[in-house]
Amino acid sequence: MKTKINTNLNRRNFLKTSLLASGGMLIGVNFLAACTSETKMPVDIANLNFNDFNAFIKISDEGYVTIYSPNPEIGQGVKTSMPMIIAEELDVEWDKVNVVQGKLDTKYYTRQVAGGSQSIRQGWDALRTTGASAKQMLINAAALKWGVDATNCTASKGVITNTNGDKLTYGDVVKEAAVLEVPEDVKLKDPKEYSIIGNDAVNVDIDKIITGKPLFGLDYKAEGMVYVSVLRPPSFGKKLKSFDASKAKQVNGVIDVVQFGEKLKAIESQASGFTRITDKIAVIATSTWAAMKGKKALIVEWENESKLESTEFHNKELDAILNSTKFNTRREDGNIKNAFAKADKVIERTYESPFLPHNTMEPMNFYADVKPDKIHLVGPTQTPAWAQGMIAAAYKMKPEQIHIEMTRMGGGFGRRLYNDFLLEAAEVSSIIQKPVKVVFSREDDMAAGTYRPAIKYRIKAGLKDGNVTAYHLKEAAMNGNMYGLIPNFFPAGCIPNYKVDTGNYKSNITTGAWRAPYTNFLAFAEQSFFSELAEELGKDHPTLILELLQNVKNTTDKRIEYSGQRMEDTIKLVTEKSNWGKTGDGVYQGFAAYYSHNTHVAEVADIVLKDGYPIIKKVTVAVDCGIVVNPTGAINQVQGGVIDGIGHAMYSDFSFNEGKPDYENFNKYRLIRMQETPKVEVHFVENDKSPTGLGEPGLPPAGGAIANAIHKALGKRLYKQPFVNDLKKSAVLG
Amino acid sequence: MPNYTLNINGKQRSVSADADTPLLWVLRDELDLVGTKFGCGIAQCGACTVHIDGVATRSCQTQVSILSDAKITTIEGLSEDGSHPVQEAWKEIDVPQCGYCQSGQIMTASAFLAENKNPSEEEIREAMHGNICRCASYNRIEKAVKVAAKKMA
Ligand code: FES
Ligand code: FES
Repeated sequence: MKTKINTNLNRRNFLKTSLLASGGMLIGVNFLAACTSETKMPVDIANLNFNDFNAFIKISDEGYVTIYSPNPEIGQGVKTSMPMIIAEELDVEWDKVNVVQGKLDTKYYTRQVAGGSQSIRQGWDALRTTGASAKQMLINAAALKWGVDATNCTASKGVITNTNGDKLTYGDVVKEAAVLEVPEDVKLKDPKEYSIIGNDAVNVDIDKIITGKPLFGLDYKAEGMVYVSVLRPPSFGKKLKSFDASKAKQVNGVIDVVQFGEKLKAIESQASGFTRITDKIAVIATSTWAAMKGKKALIVEWENESKLESTEFHNKELDAILNSTKFNTRREDGNIKNAFAKADKVIERTYESPFLPHNTMEPMNFYADVKPDKIHLVGPTQTPAWAQGMIAAAYKMKPEQIHIEMTRMGGGFGRRLYNDFLLEAAEVSSIIQKPVKVVFSREDDMAAGTYRPAIKYRIKAGLKDGNVTAYHLKEAAMNGNMYGLIPNFFPAGCIPNYKVDTGNYKSNITTGAWRAPYTNFLAFAEQSFFSELAEELGKDHPTLILELLQNVKNTTDKRIEYSGQRMEDTIKLVTEKSNWGKTGDGVYQGFAAYYSHNTHVAEVADIVLKDGYPIIKKVTVAVDCGIVVNPTGAINQVQGGVIDGIGHAMYSDFSFNEGKPDYENFNKYRLIRMQETPKVEVHFVENDKSPTGLGEPGLPPAGGAIANAIHKALGKRLYKQPFVNDLKKSAVLG
Repeated sequence: MPNYTLNINGKQRSVSADADTPLLWVLRDELDLVGTKFGCGIAQCGACTVHIDGVATRSCQTQVSILSDAKITTIEGLSEDGSHPVQEAWKEIDVPQCGYCQSGQIMTASAFLAENKNPSEEEIREAMHGNICRCASYNRIEKAVKVAAKKMA
């Protein structure tokens, strides 16, 4: 258990304080870079400067605490859970804490990325230390006032008490505390003492959400702003040849039509994952509707620029890679060749999945106002620091001339990591010299995606004397491949002869991160495969995984990413809570366990048959994410991840014909809906380990758990996502 | 552009817009009522749901020109202060993740519960089936509708 500070944070340099002109104490925090002695603290809330600090905490004369944090909120709840951690160590009542989204221009704030379930994990030590340091300063100030030693004072719920029984509130001493030295050493709480962490805190934006207040990028408006709808090439591989805007300009409300793309092309090298870096046409209008209507009235000719790829072609290329020997080896243990030669039985299976669009509920959009000496950008982005760098390069300005404000995001799932929409808005604004808001229609959003790449896995295992002795996984992917850590996830270290190979085809279709990158599909392939191996060995699936995990428990291999013990604990918890193997007639259970994004998760899906159709009734989940900061938020995240995982594994298909997506909107593209959703029951493994993220790890095992349950129910193995296609073919699903 | 007078949240509002403009964009761009969300534009996701004469309606597929006699309620007019039982239930159950779909979910649920005071689980699931939540907060939506039904009973 870690209650003493052992971070490399130098408290003198990472915290600074000032006395606010309007009263109250302000604390500035910089988790990542030390502040120099020249770094100035603002004395006015209107001038919070997020270039030098990541967050500010104001304690008012009345003892109210306001946390100003620019950390983006995409629905993972970090805007609630991170302030909870500060408030816990500061020791104030949660209902006296207010959280305000900071404006951001923050070149140092590298953790200004909401993605990868990292925010909580990285902020844990820093947030606790911040709260504890501020508390100590308040105690020190009270001790000075009383003329007693600070060690004779304690603080709880915003009140400082000394051994004589005197009391002062935080508000009584903020003036004095603000000018004290930042303490060098502070003690952090023992998790047993927590009163905020571990208790439910409702989403801090709840009142605004349920009353429809402006919150999201799409809701943002500014004086003089015009609306922009952008026409992009309809197919990957095509570019603009010519266009006629005369009809579009006749549409009521259309102000202008301009071609753009030069600035986009100029920063192409920095813009990996950006769709359609090419010439585009902007229709500028007085309303969103007029801009969209004007776009439909454009007459455009396109010409071919590169190959027009179709799904059939992608499949051929991926198969060719799997059948080749051209791979990058990501990890190799023992000698798989020998082990396969000596095996009693060798099993090989191939799994496939399509490209997937993100389809955030709020389509891409961004506001930009580009002036000769400054640029103002407002909207939903997961990577403002990256955006700031690109905009600075494209417009030859200093980062401080670029102000980015982040709004709440109507979902991210990885799509808002890529700032193509922001760059489009900036370029159109710079051309027409007006503040603009670019709004994607759903069709734009689905067709100009940064898709989850289409992937195929071929997995081969050797079985000998009732054990898995060899394992070889080959990945063929469009563009990207799994990143370096994944080959060190389970079952690395469990099987003596082990190899992971990857290969890819460079497609002109843009691809990028998608909720739980790579593992979102890999977990299904792997856990379906282990279910088959277990069946072959005559073992229960969880039992086989537990047996294998014994081999990694005392490993000295530093590359291994997961913990055998923690994975075992989650598996045992899920089998217990789901009544694994004891559900009786008519309920078919499937199991999957997976480690990703620093969190161990195991899931059991319960399926029943209704008129021969599989109905997913319930999913039981066990999660080890360390200390659960905000249980209500955590459960919501896990339930969402599991249902999202089921939805995409079951229903969501995507394909291309001559470079053009076959799916444009929700009439054809299928997202999971209420009547298809199971009840998701979430259990946490209790421990005192540092918290890890929850936005993603619930998703990957879900596909495997339901595929394995469907196999039990129907005797049918599934190898291809979305499952609905195969199930329809075998006439079990309408 | 022609002028229209609309009855929105109990107030007469006048707008000038082309006849084919969807109510959604009139609300959002002309009247600053941005609680009604854009998700698909083709009546498939429910993010834009409002009440027209008490009936849950997709504002993205409802043209402004046909609404002169209609009583329109948006999320902003469901209650003054978030005190409608459905809003209260949403808060109690802590439903939202990203939150974007939720005003549409609340408008669908409130119209449904006004008609059906004592819905079964199956009826709730059917009533809410038309509203997509990309964050998949479906378990909590279902629970919140049940809680709201109790509050309204
Ligand atoms: S925006 Fe109207 S139903 Fe989707
Ligand atoms: S809460 Fe994000 S779409 Fe429903």
